[in-house]
Amino acid sequence: MDDSQFTDRQTIHVRVNGQDYENEVEVRRLLADFLRHDLGLTATHLGCEHGVCGACTIMMDGESIRSCLLFAVQADGAEILTVEGLAKGDEMHPLQQAFWDKHALQCGFCTSGFLMSAYDLLQKNPHPTQDEIRHGLSGNLCRCTGYANIIKAVQAVAEQSQS
Amino acid sequence: MKPAPFTYARPDSVAEALALLQAGGDEAKVLAGGQSFVPLLNLRMASVDAVVDLNRLAELAYIKRDNDTLCIGAMMRHRQIEVSDDVKAAQPLLARAAAEVGHLAIRNRGTIGGSLVHADPAAEWPLVAVMLDAQLVVRSHENTRTVAAREFFLGPLTTAIEPNEILCEVRFPLAPVGAVWGFQELCRRPGDFAIVAVTCQLSLDHSGTCSAAALAVGGAHATPLHIPDVETVISGSKGEDAVIAAAAEKAAAAVDPSGDVHGSADYRRRMVKVLTARALKEAWAKAA
Repeated sequence: MDDSQFTDRQTIHVRVNGQDYENEVEVRRLLADFLRHDLGLTATHLGCEHGVCGACTIMMDGESIRSCLLFAVQADGAEILTVEGLAKGDEMHPLQQAFWDKHALQCGFCTSGFLMSAYDLLQKNPHPTQDEIRHGLSGNLCRCTGYANIIKAVQAVAEQSQS
Repeated sequence: MKPAPFTYARPDSVAEALALLQAGGDEAKVLAGGQSFVPLLNLRMASVDAVVDLNRLAELAYIKRDNDTLCIGAMMRHRQIEVSDDVKAAQPLLARAAAEVGHLAIRNRGTIGGSLVHADPAAEWPLVAVMLDAQLVVRSHENTRTVAAREFFLGPLTTAIEPNEILCEVRFPLAPVGAVWGFQELCRRPGDFAIVAVTCQLSLDHSGTCSAAALAVGGAHATPLHIPDVETVISGSKGEDAVIAAAAEKAAAAVDPSGDVHGSADYRRRMVKVLTARALKEAWAKAA
């Protein structure tokens, strides 16, 4: 397809959690909706749909992004990691285990976004201070926990990797 | 909510993008990082017929020096500028300002060019561009022109850019030898837009006397506001308390803030005074 012409549908190729997909999408399709509705990967949640709540945070080509602020066509050729891709089989990712251990979730709606933001934070800064964790997660809203246990969970993972 | 239907093109060169923009007419819009534009589309506060996506334009993604100028391609992401060693060496204020833009996931995607053209009066890039007297290189399909940042911002979300133009490069003067800077931002939570922000750059001689100064205020006026009156007050001084207090009064007198849910007009004016004093003290402290 010639990318230099205006179109209203395009075929895209993406790799999500190690699996390749080829789909035709309407160009206005948000990446978050593509993941949820077209690929059935419903662990990525949509709260505000305008970049404020952070629930839809995913990793694309190694960087955390808001999947509600990107069109699926823009992800053509990209490598994506969603929260479904964190665990190895039945073994939870250390962040997931820490969220479990520290009771860092209640209703769970925001959790996938927090996990992906924390994933990027620890990738960029493996040993953050508590203040750096708070800053790193400041783009994610949680209405249940009061954040304290989320911070503790991320701290626990940072300390594990230190020892 | 979801965006209303539109058509989309992803050009491989700036020339192609400019031709598409020209062909698309008034209802074609440029998509950069999308961190302000896509929310407007999602909320249907804006709708467009056609979107020209600049995200694959490698020719707009660079940081380079051109003699005494630091040139930043318009598609550089906030995060890339925040962590760039070239930026930290040439004009460290820019790395500091970049770190204040939104949250990590926003900074990973949002661009300096997009922020400047969006022209939120409380945003960091418009503020530092005005303070440092940056030059903005703007292209249309038939013309290239350079607009001073101090003339680029016409009002909230309004700039001197034409519908068929693309901001391609931002040109910042390098920090002069002996220059120090201050950057102060008041917001309720990290990553929020500033309620008020103040930034300054001072050239100090070996005795700490100010020979040249620039100061600008964001969030307290229809546009980021460069305030020459402040510079007159502090030039020739060593940052004595009385001078800084007088400069802060000048800054507060120069702005014409409007009130909103984040702060009344009166509160913003008071904060301009407080943050101006803090920014100047921060700058002088860096020389000590």
